[in-house]
Amino acid sequence: MKNTLSFKRLMASATALALLAGAASAETLRWARVADALTLDPHSQNEGPTSTLLHHIYETLVARNTDGSLAPRLATEWSIHPDDPTVWVFKLREGVTFHDGSPFTAEDVVFSMERVKHPSSGFQALHSAAVSATAVDDLTVHIQMSGPSPLYVQNLTNFFIMDSGWAEANDVVVPQNFAAGEENFAVRNTNGTGAYQLVSREPEVRTVLAAYEGHWAETPDVTEIIYTPIAEAATRVAALLSGEVDLVQDVPVQDIARLEQTDGITITTGPENRNIFFAYDMASEKLISANVEDNPFAKPQVREAMALALDRDAIQQVVMRGQSQPSAAPLPPFVNGWREDLHAYSAPDYERAAALIAEAGYPDGFSVTLNCPNDRYLNDEAICQAVVGMLGRIGMEVNLVSQTRSLHFPLIENWETDFYLLGWGVPPFDSAYVFNFLVHTREEGFGSFNGSRYSNPELDAKIESLATMTDLVARDALIAEIWDQVMADRVFLNVHNQVLAYAMRDGVTLPVHPENQPNMANVTLN
Amino acid sequence: MMARLSDSLTRAYHSDLAYNFRKSPVAVLAALVALSLVLAAVFAPLLAPSNPYDPASLNLMDGFTPPMTENAFTGNSYLLGTDNQGRDVLSTILYGARLSLFVGVMAVLFAMLLGIGAGLIAGWRGGWVDTVLMRVADVQLSFPSILIALLIFGVARGLIAPDQRDTMAIWVLIISIGLSDWVQYARVVRSATMVEKNKEYVQAARIIGVRPVVILTRHILPNVMGPVLVIATIGLALAIIAEATLSFLGVGVPPTEPSLGTLIRIGQQYLFSGEWWILLFPAIALLALALSVNLLGDWLRDALNPRLR
Repeated sequence: MKNTLSFKRLMASATALALLAGAASAETLRWARVADALTLDPHSQNEGPTSTLLHHIYETLVARNTDGSLAPRLATEWSIHPDDPTVWVFKLREGVTFHDGSPFTAEDVVFSMERVKHPSSGFQALHSAAVSATAVDDLTVHIQMSGPSPLYVQNLTNFFIMDSGWAEANDVVVPQNFAAGEENFAVRNTNGTGAYQLVSREPEVRTVLAAYEGHWAETPDVTEIIYTPIAEAATRVAALLSGEVDLVQDVPVQDIARLEQTDGITITTGPENRNIFFAYDMASEKLISANVEDNPFAKPQVREAMALALDRDAIQQVVMRGQSQPSAAPLPPFVNGWREDLHAYSAPDYERAAALIAEAGYPDGFSVTLNCPNDRYLNDEAICQAVVGMLGRIGMEVNLVSQTRSLHFPLIENWETDFYLLGWGVPPFDSAYVFNFLVHTREEGFGSFNGSRYSNPELDAKIESLATMTDLVARDALIAEIWDQVMADRVFLNVHNQVLAYAMRDGVTLPVHPENQPNMANVTLN
Repeated sequence: MMARLSDSLTRAYHSDLAYNFRKSPVAVLAALVALSLVLAAVFAPLLAPSNPYDPASLNLMDGFTPPMTENAFTGNSYLLGTDNQGRDVLSTILYGARLSLFVGVMAVLFAMLLGIGAGLIAGWRGGWVDTVLMRVADVQLSFPSILIALLIFGVARGLIAPDQRDTMAIWVLIISIGLSDWVQYARVVRSATMVEKNKEYVQAARIIGVRPVVILTRHILPNVMGPVLVIATIGLALAIIAEATLSFLGVGVPPTEPSLGTLIRIGQQYLFSGEWWILLFPAIALLALALSVNLLGDWLRDALNPRLR
């Protein structure tokens, strides 16, 4: 009896000691990247840095492994209903609680599904085929699709689950309308099931997260995260070199070689699931910023000329220092629908391009404004500047307006730009995602980033049918057909697929995530 | 005519100020540096090997060429190397200095105009006009001027239509820097005016019925210009630095038309990767320009100060 007691005591003090030791050793990870999350509302902005931070606080039904496969997260099993191919069945994880202690149930999934389908949600197009979700019991959810949707589960890797009770209590049942400049409670406050909970947040300055002790999985190595956006490339690298931060997510391409040679710093690189491309208003009668009375981009000759003027190899060699994969289609190589011939591009031919511009009716060229973000993609502003020069050689006088991404993206969403740079990742690893957001005519649930105003009803019908096709061979053939049309119409002026580099101090290990959505819960410290 | 000109030149040569100038090696050196930089900037289109503001003439493959080294792809070689876009650094500095000087001079003129006007009115009228103007000046003095410039710049950008921003950017810069700088002129002119307005020549002019506007501009103004010129010279150096700071922060001129500050911002990104020339040469040019103008201003202040003679 006495022995047991003292054994318990011993264990207790050992545990306390272990905890103390744990607290003393460095479990804080200071993480820097180029930009901050635009909002913490989990359904407002479908944008990289925003989702990355949210993945720490909120969780999704399924997650993406670094090899691209799906992993269970809040759902433990998922399948198509054996009797009804239009219904997806999700078995939910037991014993999960939100940060405020309330239990996670099927009702929360049903609520989140309604919220993510609201018109002000940035993720609408991902869920256009989902009609409704119903809670069968506390841990089973059925999602009714408009037709058979065998690939729908791939769209759920950024579908964050919110607590329905918390959302109602705080009047955030509807997502923040970011493009309209709205704010709501969920923008600065969170209640997720994720491995970390929000401790403090100063937008654009510093966000502190601490491990959530009630989390269902094992406690991660990193128990505290200090997230600092550092927009200046050199400052970011200096912060790592001086030991001010432990991990830099967006390493400037020019510094990779230098950091590789630095003692105490490890670099990991890998291709990102993200393409960088230009797009232009192909449909309006007249452009906003051009000095001509019609729309030059509506003319196929002008679009062909621009494709001939774009020197992708020069951008790769000089601007990206070899850290990119030049390509003609905005589709990363590991995404379903990718083909060798989509990737192929021709060498620049400035004479032929200038002749085409003249042939289109602009012998003296024309001027137009190019909108470019300067803090979102690797060397985004430098790419835009380089292209201004290339287009200048064929008689296009391009005025560059580069600004921060929170000002840039609404221009595309509100159709306030004629010509812009955009980077697009494909989280579901399927071409349909590109078509839904960028090619389909802008209407409810589709085309929210179709800034080119491209509209082809025949193509729209094909795109919509992709969501419900069960014959995967026929589906792939249809995807190929759609790509052929998109490439023939030159909807995109694609530059390259981005290559990622993470730099970290020795002792921190984090593999490159193909969607650039690393989760610090996966960091190992030694 | 010629006789009068040579006469006044001789007089100027023998004046105290000129004598003082000849005896100060620092002032002579600063004047030489400032003059050559100003001339180089003014005649940039003639002197520069290429026009960096013409994007069509650039070849991206020329990018990152070190100074006086042959580019591996194009075989071109540049005295001071090229930047990340293949722009010749020397030409870009010449054009950039031109832009920096233009913004600096215009901003100082704008600040002088505002400050002298406000100072004359405040000093002459006194009373509540003086109180209001000087309290506004006090409030503004309690903020760093770069913050005020940033604030004005931000507001102005919000007011201007997006497609006008590029063409208006320079004028917005000038107004922002000018507005953040008028206080010093106003204070000096006000105090000088308050002294001058009670002197007999002003009293006499008032008695014979000269209008206040004429008294202020023809009688008082010339007598308060000495200190104003000193502030203006030092202010020019500060305005050039303010422009560089704003451009460095990325809120100034568009990246396709870089000023010295923009060049330093671009170059700073390549410091760790070893392309030092993109940062170093524009920084030296800015340093030389600001320092020489500042030294001239310092000398002028001392030379015009009777107590230091």
